[in-house]
Amino acid sequence: MGRYIIKRIIGLIPLLLAVSFLIFIFIHLIPGDPARLMAGKDATNDEVEALRTYLGLDKPILEQYFIYMKELFQGDLGHSLRSNAPVTQLFGERFLPSLQLSILSIGWAMLIGILLGVISAVFRGRWPDYFGTITAISGISVPNFWLGLVMIQLFAVQFNIFPAGGIETWKGYVLPSFALGAGIMAMITRFTRSSLVQTLQEDFIRTARSRGLGERAIIFGHALKKSMITVLTIAGLQFGFLLGGSIVVETVFSFPGMGRLLIDSIQFRDYPVVQSLLLIFSLEFILVNLIVDILYGFFNPKIRYN
Amino acid sequence: MTGLLEVNNLKTAFISDDKTTQVVRGVSFAVNKGEIVGIVGESGCGKSVTSLSIMRLLKGTSGTIQDGEVRFHDQNLLDLSEQKMRKIRGNSMSMIFQDPMTSLNPVLKIGRQLMQGIMLHLKYPKEKARKYAVSMLESVGIPRAESIMNEYPHQLSGGMNQRVMIAMAMSCNPELLIADEPTTALDVTIQAQILELMKELREKQNTTILMITHDLGVVSEVCDRVIVMYAGRVVEEGKTAEVFENPKHPYTEGLIKSMPKIGQKQSRLYAIPGQVPDPANMPKGCKFAARCPHVMDICTEKEPDLIKDEEGRKHRCWLYQGEYEGGEKVDVKSSTGN
Repeated sequence: MGRYIIKRIIGLIPLLLAVSFLIFIFIHLIPGDPARLMAGKDATNDEVEALRTYLGLDKPILEQYFIYMKELFQGDLGHSLRSNAPVTQLFGERFLPSLQLSILSIGWAMLIGILLGVISAVFRGRWPDYFGTITAISGISVPNFWLGLVMIQLFAVQFNIFPAGGIETWKGYVLPSFALGAGIMAMITRFTRSSLVQTLQEDFIRTARSRGLGERAIIFGHALKKSMITVLTIAGLQFGFLLGGSIVVETVFSFPGMGRLLIDSIQFRDYPVVQSLLLIFSLEFILVNLIVDILYGFFNPKIRYN
Repeated sequence: MTGLLEVNNLKTAFISDDKTTQVVRGVSFAVNKGEIVGIVGESGCGKSVTSLSIMRLLKGTSGTIQDGEVRFHDQNLLDLSEQKMRKIRGNSMSMIFQDPMTSLNPVLKIGRQLMQGIMLHLKYPKEKARKYAVSMLESVGIPRAESIMNEYPHQLSGGMNQRVMIAMAMSCNPELLIADEPTTALDVTIQAQILELMKELREKQNTTILMITHDLGVVSEVCDRVIVMYAGRVVEEGKTAEVFENPKHPYTEGLIKSMPKIGQKQSRLYAIPGQVPDPANMPKGCKFAARCPHVMDICTEKEPDLIKDEEGRKHRCWLYQGEYEGGEKVDVKSSTGN
């Protein structure tokens, strides 16, 4: 297992190199001139050219890429063109809130989603199943920014239980994580249900019943572990997306996360910040997938990596 | 010998949207303590459903028991609450299934699956249950039992998994073991070993075994008595040797004739002509009439009763109904074998 993980991590290097190259090229293909944006509307053409040379944007694109990579290997992600702050610093400020929000969202979504999924599967075709189905379909259908706005209106404006934005206290996380997790919870409910319904038809469930095991032991001790593979795949993918920050939900709640940093930086053509963020998102996604792959082995012993 | 299990007029049907299809159609038989009794018949004759009905394991299927009695130790299992039934399952009555590869949970270690039943029924603490589980694995001839406790079913062969299934089923010393096609999914050599093991269990622990099979070879190998089922009904019953030597029902006769024999110089095996009637559309008279070489007028009009003749054999055929005019009808209440 240890060797497998090391192998996978080594395998990440070429992948990340390719990803970094693609990101770099694509960002520079976006129309818009950062030197012009930085210099301001009133600057003369000469001033803009001088700034361009200062920033190194006049060099050929491949050369720019190699300079970027050299600095990257030295742990230098560059400076923001907008605020001149080091990208690592900007990133440090935004990463933790985004990570916390992601964990919170995926956490409650999995907890409630699996629970509702189990209830739906066990009471298949009866009212708890319909309740679960309706909850799930609403969760998938409702756009999360709309849910966010409704919740602000209800819980912040009307009842004043939670703040409408900001993360001064833990309360600031509640509404955004709810808005982000609702859709994921709904998806996990559906996948848990269908997977569990299928597992409960299998021969080994009949064997467990023939041993005199009760329904609870059968569902939680025998069936759920088998069904977890599907749920894990969905949850892993969603967690990867969450870590990238949600632009819409973060905007609705003025949440200081990675999503807003990204959108602000794109608007300003802040190349160093955008490319570092995209690279970090890719890395996060790849790492989450690696963790999911390792967890597969725990839930299904047939998938053991050597 | 006393009757351990008595099945009376059992009727089980599968219900789908608007259709009710009876697949076990009033089955009665008895199993005595210490006996190995075989139920044979072709696929779809209701033998497996009979065994699942006895254990009340139809949950998760659309099957329901409509009528009848399953008397075990003189209590009707069909009257018990699910909770009381659970105390019997895996404890005094247990079951092994056809495909050991799918009948064990692929994501749980063998040891854990074995210990679950032991801890549940025998109330052993974990350590003791573990030791006991290892000894059970050893008793069914599994080498390196200690390390197999920590392995998963996919790491073992089919034969080994079936031994694990038997160890699981035997772990609480059941009085009755129901084996539903225990050797069908296994290689011939492994089949012989598993049958040998089951005979051994009977010798050592006096376990009563109800063997469900479509394989007459298995029946002749291990069973003391055989019940032949056709289209959801018992058509013949008797001591294995007698039934094989002198089958009464034309269906049994056909089954025996269609077995390949060593030294037989015949290019094609005998096959019973025709097909099993559709359970949703059963003919009026004898269910075998359409395929029977001895069919008479009465056969298509009225179904014969299952009668017991003076030799203690039971059969459901018009060929003998006249001969034993005074014969005992056993359709409703079955008496024990001998």
